[in-house]
Amino acid sequence: MQSFILEACHLDQLIQAIRQHGFQLVGPRLQDGAILYCEITAADQLPRGWTDEQEKGRYRVRRREDDAFFGYNAGPHSWKKFLQQPRRPVWRAQKAAHAMQIEAVVEDAPAMAFLGVRSCELHAIAIQDRVFVDNRFRNESYAGRREKLFIAAVECATAAPTCFCTSMNTGPEVSLPADLVMTEVIHDTEHYFLIRAGSARGEDILHQIPVEAATARQLRQAAAAVERVRQQVEAGPRSFDSSDLKALLYRNFESPAWDQVAERCLSCANCTMACPTCFCSTVEDTTDLSGDHAERWERWDSCFTADFSHLTGGPVRADTRSRYRQWITHKLATWHDQFGTSGCVGCGRCIAWCPVGIDITEEVERVRRLEG
Amino acid sequence: MGKPGKPKLAVWKFASCDGCQLSLLDCEDELLQLADAIDIAYFMEASSRQVKGPYDLSLVEGSITTAEDEVRIREVREQSRALVTIGACATAGGIQALRNFGDVKEFTAVVYARPEYINTLETSTPISAHVPVDFELQGCPINKRQLLEVISAFLHRRPPQVPAHSVCIECKLRGNVCVWVAHGTPCMGPVTHAGCGAVCPAYNRGCYGCYGPKENPNTASLSHWWQEELGTDRVTLVENLRNFNAAAPAFAAESRRQEADDGKE
Repeated sequence: MQSFILEACHLDQLIQAIRQHGFQLVGPRLQDGAILYCEITAADQLPRGWTDEQEKGRYRVRRREDDAFFGYNAGPHSWKKFLQQPRRPVWRAQKAAHAMQIEAVVEDAPAMAFLGVRSCELHAIAIQDRVFVDNRFRNESYAGRREKLFIAAVECATAAPTCFCTSMNTGPEVSLPADLVMTEVIHDTEHYFLIRAGSARGEDILHQIPVEAATARQLRQAAAAVERVRQQVEAGPRSFDSSDLKALLYRNFESPAWDQVAERCLSCANCTMACPTCFCSTVEDTTDLSGDHAERWERWDSCFTADFSHLTGGPVRADTRSRYRQWITHKLATWHDQFGTSGCVGCGRCIAWCPVGIDITEEVERVRRLEG
Repeated sequence: MGKPGKPKLAVWKFASCDGCQLSLLDCEDELLQLADAIDIAYFMEASSRQVKGPYDLSLVEGSITTAEDEVRIREVREQSRALVTIGACATAGGIQALRNFGDVKEFTAVVYARPEYINTLETSTPISAHVPVDFELQGCPINKRQLLEVISAFLHRRPPQVPAHSVCIECKLRGNVCVWVAHGTPCMGPVTHAGCGAVCPAYNRGCYGCYGPKENPNTASLSHWWQEELGTDRVTLVENLRNFNAAAPAFAAESRRQEADDGKE
């Protein structure tokens, strides 16, 4: 795959080329004190010169000392909101003379392009693909949107203390296919993107924008930028050995760690909503006042709610202890049995967006420490 | 319920501001459909027509604050096939339950020129403390869409879609940035029942807890983080726990614990 150089001042031409191919482009945007994923129509809407500080239960945006376009870390939004919609109608029904007529709601899926997908996020999308596309229970709404999706990935040139992609083998270099892969380099007065195509669609786009062949020096600079992040994450506070997680959690269904975390956990579900792989949803069936019309809606749900495990007689997991244990054990252990990979990509969203700063890596260590 | 004859609806008021009943009138577009599906047999705020009971569905607004109310709610219950309480007063005692944390005699002496005219109970209590309740719709005021959902559900004998989870889930569904994590704003969302659609955080304000406790609320953990990490003082914390749902057990217990700790320090 040949690599090219796109000068930073030409980034808007990339955006316009993607849009001219008929894609609705979504990417990072500074809004409400955070970097969110929203529709983007021009490069000047990107959070140029902004980054974020993240810790347990804390997130703040701040100015960078340079003009990087992608110099921020995983924020409150994940791409899943565009693929697995937070709410969507599934079917509508009407009372007829002899029976009930049910009509599925079939969406004309929008063609979307994601700009700025990080490696951990590519892995998260791949994990959701296994749930919604490759699985026996295919979700047509997700599959329709996913099929048309164009991905412009960006390698990480920055990391937050909450990042632990290297522990989950998901980054920081892009390690899964994407239509385009970019690496942002800022060096002295130079500011450019190393860019390469991973698909025919990506190549089409590359042909329409002003790029030049990359020099060996530029390739080295880009590789060095990503390598610095790898070292930073590996030396970071959340780096840990994840190789025995499944066995560890399977041995510790009755760990006192669950009681300890339950004292702090709010069972508010923020971790699962922020997580880019958590895929659970529920359906809500309603009628109108007349009873002649009914609807079924799908919406994001969470294993932290009582309704989630409600069976006749009440919820199976009534207390927070069992809900937290269910979440972390599924994410890090039973996911392997179900889908052949971990459910965690090490993006750190659940750490930053937990209102009371519960840290999944600390909780793993607590289980380990308290083991007999 | 059902044919022949439309099911009869009654709306009752106890100690309250009328705001939740008003949600029913506020339905506007759906009112005709409602009147089509149900006989509004007793609803004094809307009509002076009073059809005698029994009623298929009673909506009860307000809390119990007088001896007369204690008797009247039993009469309402006897005439009602299904009884649904609506709003923070009926489900948690309302803002008037602040009296539960003070001395009513002292209050009346301060407020009224002739306190001897005031004949009231020591506490304000939810309807469920007096009679069996079939469903509690929380909120100050309730959400009219949820009210229509509850009425539809009772008419068609299905469970109402009124999730008891946190306001946080509503924030995340609408893509709000968490004001607690990203701005350091104290927010009651993680312990508060969904239903409002996360209105306040959508406008960069913390949740005030208008909808009362969610299921399984951890008010102690919330209080700890507010004080230790967000720098909230105890007075503000107790004020937030004692807004419109002060007597809801999870909020009341934590606000009393905070006051007790304050006494020790």
